[in-house]
Amino acid sequence: MGRGRREFLQKVIEGAGSAFLLQVVAPIAALAKPDASGYDAEGHYYGMGIQVDKCIGCGRCVEACKAENGVPREPLYFRTWVERYVIRSDGETTVDSPDGGIHGFPATAEENDIMRSFFVPKLCNHCDRPPCVQVCPVGATFKTEDGVVLVDSDYCIGCRYCIQACPYGARYLNPHTKTADKCTFCYHRITKGMTPACVEVCPTQARVFGETKAMSSPLRRLMRMGRLQVLKPSLNTEPKVFYTALDGEVR
Amino acid sequence: MTPHMDVAAALRQITGFIYPNELELHWALLVVIYPYLTGLVAGAFILASLEKVFKVKELEHTYRFSLLIALAFLIVAPLPLLTHLGHPERSFEIFLTPHFKSAMAMFGFVYAWYLMVVLLLEIWFEYRADLVRWSRSEHGVKRLVHNVLTLGSKDVSPGAVAFDHKAVHVITLIGIPSAFLLHGYVGFIFGSVKANPWWSSVLIPIVFLFSAIVSGISLVFLLYYIVTLLRKQTPDMACLNKLASFLFYALLVDFSLELLDFVHRLYESEESIKILSELIYTKLFLSLTIVQIILGTIAPILLLAVARFSKLPDELKRLGFFIAALLVQVGIFSTRWNVVIGGQLFSKSLRGLTFYKLEVGGAEGLLTGVTFLVLPLLILFVLVKVLPPWREARTREEG
Repeated sequence: MGRGRREFLQKVIEGAGSAFLLQVVAPIAALAKPDASGYDAEGHYYGMGIQVDKCIGCGRCVEACKAENGVPREPLYFRTWVERYVIRSDGETTVDSPDGGIHGFPATAEENDIMRSFFVPKLCNHCDRPPCVQVCPVGATFKTEDGVVLVDSDYCIGCRYCIQACPYGARYLNPHTKTADKCTFCYHRITKGMTPACVEVCPTQARVFGETKAMSSPLRRLMRMGRLQVLKPSLNTEPKVFYTALDGEVR
Repeated sequence: MTPHMDVAAALRQITGFIYPNELELHWALLVVIYPYLTGLVAGAFILASLEKVFKVKELEHTYRFSLLIALAFLIVAPLPLLTHLGHPERSFEIFLTPHFKSAMAMFGFVYAWYLMVVLLLEIWFEYRADLVRWSRSEHGVKRLVHNVLTLGSKDVSPGAVAFDHKAVHVITLIGIPSAFLLHGYVGFIFGSVKANPWWSSVLIPIVFLFSAIVSGISLVFLLYYIVTLLRKQTPDMACLNKLASFLFYALLVDFSLELLDFVHRLYESEESIKILSELIYTKLFLSLTIVQIILGTIAPILLLAVARFSKLPDELKRLGFFIAALLVQVGIFSTRWNVVIGGQLFSKSLRGLTFYKLEVGGAEGLLTGVTFLVLPLLILFVLVKVLPPWREARTREEG
């Protein structure tokens, strides 16, 4: 092989190699390490605790979520909502969530007849084994290193399989972007050290956000002290939204 | 549904409690049509394979026609899915960056395999020798088209034709499991959704498969019968009898499987049984009990049994078969409806039922749906013109 040709080939290979590094390796490396703001996903693993007996059904969390995240106002799109359970003396259970509980709840009739009643805030459970992530045909919905399930709206094809696969009704199709949408734990806030909007506004601290693994976090304290329950445990989705004082009627 | 839906009116139709995000029904008519079409494809192909692999001579009349039917419907099958996507322009991502853990991500590959490796190849080998001979005796556009379709392979010596036959045989052998894969896989898309107790069943892919076979046989029967009458000929009675027999047995297996699924659910009586019973007795009563089970399954079984195994005159038999096949089509369509729509009419909270209102216009409306059901017939018309499947069109083998 002549020297000229050898040099040429060498350059081509070097060029291809650096192109590969630039196109493929660099973005992956960027994902894994601290971003420009200095946030390091590796050091976190988020979850939320919900103390059912502290929720008063005021609906501030629902309003705050819609305002913070630009969730469509129509009452069929919610990243979080509140359900009211009323169990009557005869054992009959009724559940409602008018407008997702955003305006609170109207008083129920026949108060004497009520055996017990409580409010249950709901949101994406950011499952550790998320069925929505499993079914996404293009990988547009994914679990981040810090344990949050997100949707890439620039990538989602809008097939809605994830909406079908979510056992908790936590997803909807955003009518403006025509892509799947859901709670992000306010990822834009938590990566800056803030709490999610719903947690921020809760007047009774029914919602506790934080690290599931760091020993000193408020969530960890709740996990130590409380008797925890998750929704639909039989489905083995391993939710990271933990409830205390959860009633067996709640699905 | 659109963001402009009348939410107040919609809420009035809800019974019990549904999660707020469940007010919008996500997989509508077009997703009903998709498994209906792939079922017809798989069924028509499996029927065609009977002639080749199991040497059912009576079905020679419908062999090539079945292949063309399968192709016509397969071409249209992905279109309703594509139309239904929020971003159809991104659909190619399924091929470029498939997420291998997703059942749906495999669709592109299963489809491409079936279209390219199985159907097109089998049809080409089956027709190749005829294409060469047709092009020799024809003029103008027909000659050109047939010439192009030979792909330049013009050898019709006995050796080459024998190779064609062998190739068709091998492709059919690969094709049968592929057809099973195509529709069993569509069943798996639903059957593997553990969040949905109406879908989540290991039997769903199997039930899909047998209902596919049923739908395919009845479609081939209907089209063969109608087209033969349009061509002012008498349908071959032995062929019709054979089709009716196969349809009858396939229906029995299909119905048994569905009964097994039903009894199994009832007997296990899991958490969801209450809401599912309510669903069956209210929202699905017409489409499931009346249309799918009574009209679409039991009536054709009885009709076929009488017409096939009694000593009726041929004209009456044909009429009986024809009505049975028509009823089967209606029944299978409602089966798809009951799976896809039915599975979304109850809340995953298992506390309430929602509703589906079929719109006439719009991207996912009735008119679009009808278009996707008529389109395969138009494609079939062209295919039959280009590749006549009838016995008299076949040329004699040389040598």
